[in-house]
Amino acid sequence: MALQSLDIVRRSATTTPSPSVRRMPEVAKLIDVSTCIGCKACQAACMEWNDVRDDVGTTGGVYDNPPDLTAASWTVMRFSERRGGGGLEWLIRKDGCMHCQEPGCLKACPAPGAIVQYANGIVDFHEENCIGCGYCITGCPFDIPRLSEKDGKVYKCTLCSDRVAVGLEPACIKACPTGALQFGTKEQMREYAAERISDLKARGFAKAGLYDPAGVGGTHVMYVLHYADQPGLYNGLAADPRIDPMVSLWKGVTKPIALAAMGAGILGCVLHYVTKGPNDVPDEAGREEGRK
Amino acid sequence: MTGNPNDLQRFTAWERGNHWLVAICFILLALSGLALFHPALWPLTQLFGGGVWLRILHPFVGILIAVLFVSMFARFRTLNLMSGSDWEWLKHVPEMVGSGGPMPPQGKFNGGQKLLFWALGICLLLLLLSGLVMWRAYFHPPAALARIASLTHAASGAVMIGLIIVHIYAAIWTPGALRAMLYGTVSRAWAKHHHELWFNQMTGSRP
Repeated sequence: MALQSLDIVRRSATTTPSPSVRRMPEVAKLIDVSTCIGCKACQAACMEWNDVRDDVGTTGGVYDNPPDLTAASWTVMRFSERRGGGGLEWLIRKDGCMHCQEPGCLKACPAPGAIVQYANGIVDFHEENCIGCGYCITGCPFDIPRLSEKDGKVYKCTLCSDRVAVGLEPACIKACPTGALQFGTKEQMREYAAERISDLKARGFAKAGLYDPAGVGGTHVMYVLHYADQPGLYNGLAADPRIDPMVSLWKGVTKPIALAAMGAGILGCVLHYVTKGPNDVPDEAGREEGRK
Repeated sequence: MTGNPNDLQRFTAWERGNHWLVAICFILLALSGLALFHPALWPLTQLFGGGVWLRILHPFVGILIAVLFVSMFARFRTLNLMSGSDWEWLKHVPEMVGSGGPMPPQGKFNGGQKLLFWALGICLLLLLLSGLVMWRAYFHPPAALARIASLTHAASGAVMIGLIIVHIYAAIWTPGALRAMLYGTVSRAWAKHHHELWFNQMTGSRP
């Protein structure tokens, strides 16, 4: 959503500061996996508020529906079954953009202003600036952005930046019937999570913990996990997500260096020409051959 | 200038046409690639009708240059096989750049031209393969592959631009070279000075 924002802390493909005079506390969505019942009210609320509808697809024989994130499904419930803890465990994780403090998508994006990060931490796509190259998909450590086949733009969860900007909570939070989804300042969410974690630990989940991965500078969507030591159990949630070194090398200091090298090359050619002159045929040879 | 009947034919019209088609494609690809390479060069997108059109067009021009280069590769491949004397010539490059020579006698292409030919071929191959992986409109690569491809594409593109800077400057620096690629002919003096073995071959002269 494009609004007149004075709180943009990062802007894709931009080397000068963006309007950032306005300060605000960092926000976070907390997903308490241990109290999620997999009802998908959040999915429905997301579609409704953002007014996007996915095509009717096919079932894969499991509860995951739709089976993956798409340009119109910005959040999906992922269901994992496992034996353990004295019986069958159903680990249900609401998947979607994690709103990284250091977003790989924004780092990779070549289009100025197509991806921004607000001071409250929300990472937002401005589709009107998107060129559809898909570099954000390459840069994302969580495999979240999806390229639309309809318009060639990339879409993902906005953390309802439009609602949050006017003091409302995201639509998914509002719809959650069990309180598994919470929203507030990141500090509040940490405190709330700490209560939940101590409760889980008291109930035998010794490894319960908060998922706020440091590799991406922390995230503005956090999970309370019963098995925080094994995030991979939750449908392959990354254990140590970070911007891939390949992406850092691709989008890092190498580019200005390469540009400078090209400029120096051209400058070197010019200097060579004006100091050494052209590589011409010597006069004697020219006269000799010219007579033929 | 072009009318001297004693001039030697260096490139046929087909060879020249092929070269310039590749060159036009390269310029389009380099400008559009640089636009996405660094934010400072983003305004170059305006040459292509904006960022979205640039993103749409760049890969198709890439396919075109690959096809055109295959044709050029077939024409010039055998002429560009490196031999011992080519490496010998390359050892003398610092003297040539510093004082203009003298250089060992060369055939139709010198060691530098041959090396450039192969280096450009490798760059184009890497750019083609990595570019296909990055073409999200048609391909859906795994993330690890897409990352390697993106890095490869940017790196080989930058190297290729560097090589072409050298290539263009060599043509400017050596009067008569550009004419060979524009009209096809060079003077006998030029041929004897720059490519003596080829001159001997063309004129039947004994060294």
